[in-house]
Amino acid sequence: MMDQLLDLTRQLLNGLQVGSIYALVALGYTMVYGIVKLINFAHGDFIMVGGYVSIVAIPMLVSNGLPAWLCVVAAVAVCSIIGVVSERAAYKPLREAPRISALITAIGVSLFLQNLFMIIFTPNGMPFPNLFDKTPIILGKIQVSKVTLITIVVSILLMVGLNLFVKRTRVGKAMRAVSEDAGAARLMGISVNATISATFAIGSGLAAVASVLYCSSYPLVDPNIGSMLGLKAFVAAVLGGIGIIPGAMLGGLALGIAESLTKAYISSKVADAVVFGILVVVLLVKPSGILGKNVGEKV
Amino acid sequence: MDRKQHFKACTLNTAGVLALFALLALLIHFDVLSRYHQGILVLVGINIILTVSLNLATGFLGQLALGHAGFMSVGAYTAAIFTKAFPDIPELPRLLIGLLLGALLAGIFGLIVGIPALRLKGDYLAIITLGFGEIIRVVIENISITGGAQGLRGIKKLSTPYVVFWVTVIIVALLYCLIRSRHGRAIMAIREDEIAAESSGINLTYYRTFAFTISAMLAGVAGGLYAHHISILGASNFGFMRSVEIVVMVVLGGMGSFTGSILSAATLTILPEALRSFSTYRMLIYSIALVAMMIFKPSGLLGTYEFSLTRVLQKAGRLFSGKKAQEAKAPVPEAAASGKEGKA
Repeated sequence: MMDQLLDLTRQLLNGLQVGSIYALVALGYTMVYGIVKLINFAHGDFIMVGGYVSIVAIPMLVSNGLPAWLCVVAAVAVCSIIGVVSERAAYKPLREAPRISALITAIGVSLFLQNLFMIIFTPNGMPFPNLFDKTPIILGKIQVSKVTLITIVVSILLMVGLNLFVKRTRVGKAMRAVSEDAGAARLMGISVNATISATFAIGSGLAAVASVLYCSSYPLVDPNIGSMLGLKAFVAAVLGGIGIIPGAMLGGLALGIAESLTKAYISSKVADAVVFGILVVVLLVKPSGILGKNVGEKV
Repeated sequence: MDRKQHFKACTLNTAGVLALFALLALLIHFDVLSRYHQGILVLVGINIILTVSLNLATGFLGQLALGHAGFMSVGAYTAAIFTKAFPDIPELPRLLIGLLLGALLAGIFGLIVGIPALRLKGDYLAIITLGFGEIIRVVIENISITGGAQGLRGIKKLSTPYVVFWVTVIIVALLYCLIRSRHGRAIMAIREDEIAAESSGINLTYYRTFAFTISAMLAGVAGGLYAHHISILGASNFGFMRSVEIVVMVVLGGMGSFTGSILSAATLTILPEALRSFSTYRMLIYSIALVAMMIFKPSGLLGTYEFSLTRVLQKAGRLFSGKKAQEAKAPVPEAAASGKEGKA
């Protein structure tokens, strides 16, 4: 009995670790969706970009005597820039276009990033260096790896920070205003373009942090790591209620725990299927997500 | 439409198809086309089926579907397992029954995947089909009836160029008739404006699911033909990149144009074969083409243009008879309208 309970705790912790990564990525999806109503398929690929940037940055940092985890800064910077550039170059011209055009463009950007990195770094995976030492931390009777704890703590801090940012700062207020009604926000003197750029930058930056955390526990980076992770994070965003920031966090954590329990108690092969099963159930039962409200459509 | 003109157009199109078939048969008979060329032609036919069927969902209905390779794999495995299980039935009916079964099962999967997503407004179909495409691959690799990770071997090469030609012709003709029917107009009305369509009494969920299921079924047929062409099936044949390739063919050809789909499917199948060195950069070029296309010409190269043999002949006729026809002020030929019904 005790053993089972311990095992369950361990699985829950694993789930929280994966879930907080999903949550960080889902935040980007949800913020972008909230503000421009676009599923940014390329968002998952920022994870891949972040991984490669870190691999390049770590040797430089270490040779200059700096700690390796500072690669996060480089990853965040590069991903934010790519996020903003992709928005300006590919999505902005299509803001008034039919949704399907914007979606196809997003697929195009995602493919472009994947294939560009495939040509630069070859399609084979590259090992990700160790950022944190491997000695586990002992909490009572269970051992937890340092990466797990760091992942959970960093994610929670970032989520709290993001919440405060969106609620308390001027830029955050502008974001909420633009996502509610871009036209009215423009009339109030808010620069819609700058706000959208800021949203993309923050979302991509969060994906970069998620990327470093993810690669620390699954240390192999290849050009396609982002696609499945991104897809699951999107499911998390839908589960929590797309466009709602606390929803993304909740959805991410719930999805991570569900996946980790499936892997532990059913089979690791069906874990991916369970994730999409959850998506189907959400769409059938409550398409607006756990925290979503039903909003009527203005004609 | 005038019944006499309708009859004339039908005869013309049938004659055109027969002429094409005669050309194909002659080229194969006199060994102008080697086995390698015939193989490419078969692939062209299969890709045409995939592209026109996806065009129904993406171009005419306006829903992005990213799991076409998944439906293709369902059809491929179903058809291949059937033809392997019943070796006594003569070849052609065996293949055709296999294709039908493949289409049926792919259609059932299409229904299951489509209903949850298509009830809703929004882009959920893209995500759910993307997930479906990934999951079906994992499933295929892990069950025994599909041969698991080793793949399904020893499938007889039943997809001859002739069979593929006729299946392609029939499917394109059926889709063309569908789009010009009452149901087709309903589907296009949904693409143009969901709210207006719904208030005109069109059942959105029904028509969306209907179009998407047909699209999935036809992908199943293409899969069945593909299985009997390459003869060894592996789940890796049906990855996400395959789905994307089909989307690229639809988008470049023109969303809402079967003519465009046929042309782009043929071009994008033959081009990589002709330019082998191009293959490393192929997907990179496709991705740039997708973005550039959406920004500069979102309707695709041909838009909603459809080729019409009747119209071409009429134009040619007017050209030859010259002034006479102009003086007579021939009434606007009905065929001229046939290609423009998309946006108008």
